[in-house]
Amino acid sequence: MADILTPGFADPVHGAQASFRTLLTALSEPGRVLALPGVTEPPPGLSPAMAAVALTLMDADTPVWRDAKAAGASAWLRFHCGAPLVEELGRAAFALCARGHEAPPLSALNLGDDDYPDRSATAVIEVASLAEGSGWRLTGPGIESERFLAVQGLPAGFREQWTANGAIFPRGVDVIFTCGDRVAGLPRRIRIG
Amino acid sequence: MSTDNSMTDSTRSEAKFSNPEQALRARWIAALAFAGTDFLERQLAALEPAPSWRALRGPEIGLALLRGRIGGSGDPFNFGETTIARAAVLTPDGRQGFGYVAGRDLRHAELAAVFDALLQNEAARKDLFERVVLPVEAARRADQARRAAEIAPSKVEFFTMVRGDG
Repeated sequence: MADILTPGFADPVHGAQASFRTLLTALSEPGRVLALPGVTEPPPGLSPAMAAVALTLMDADTPVWRDAKAAGASAWLRFHCGAPLVEELGRAAFALCARGHEAPPLSALNLGDDDYPDRSATAVIEVASLAEGSGWRLTGPGIESERFLAVQGLPAGFREQWTANGAIFPRGVDVIFTCGDRVAGLPRRIRIG
Repeated sequence: MSTDNSMTDSTRSEAKFSNPEQALRARWIAALAFAGTDFLERQLAALEPAPSWRALRGPEIGLALLRGRIGGSGDPFNFGETTIARAAVLTPDGRQGFGYVAGRDLRHAELAAVFDALLQNEAARKDLFERVVLPVEAARRADQARRAAEIAPSKVEFFTMVRGDG
């Protein structure tokens, strides 16, 4: 018997619209931690927020890579998003890292090219905790002066990876952090420190 | 599953499947798509105990591209688009049912999905075939035969004289 599926958004149309608006805010005002409810029964391996990101952003045009834990949601992703599931990280438009502390190095993702930097990948990383007001000092577009974001549960060396990611602008990946049913965005132009 | 003759009738749609279980499912899914909504509603109401289910997706309406084949070489061409209603349901015993029907009848899609889930239960399959699938197939065959008989008198025989090249 195939994996037992669960429903997606409880309210498909408004759930997707509200989540899209929330993700837009998260990426345009980095450092804010926003609630992303909508998926009450996430599939195995994904948190409610990561499931909502998948339902909102992924479709047949976006190859999705999953780490070993997020692979538990493969049938769900195929059914609800219709997204091609790829094993080769470099080919993915989205990388779902349900075990944040084991997330692959950002440089292993598709970084886009100089003609089409928008074709780079987005990493969705589940972290142990997310909090506003302390931790990293963020500056960049969408932040008037500075904002503080505390993130726990990332691989050692993430800060260095992020600096290297910023150095190749306009290329580079964007990151969406998820934690339970909350989300925060870290677009490539944002500097930490 | 049992090899009851009434359930192993060969139909055109079965030819595409090497797995007989898949072929059988394709057959009942086709029958459910051709069934009337009222008919399915009555059959559902007659079931003891009344089945329960929850929606996995939909019912919802979308478009599908129809392709046809034409000409001597039979190349496919895009014939046009049709509205499709589809639904996916989950029964308490963990069976997933899918319904795809032409048109915009959401309830029809949902009922087709429910019966698809119920028909996957081999213990109930024979009974459901007799109540639902076979009557729909019989009605469809009768309808096709009636239409064929209606059209038959208008048939024209074309023939071409072979030119005698001498």
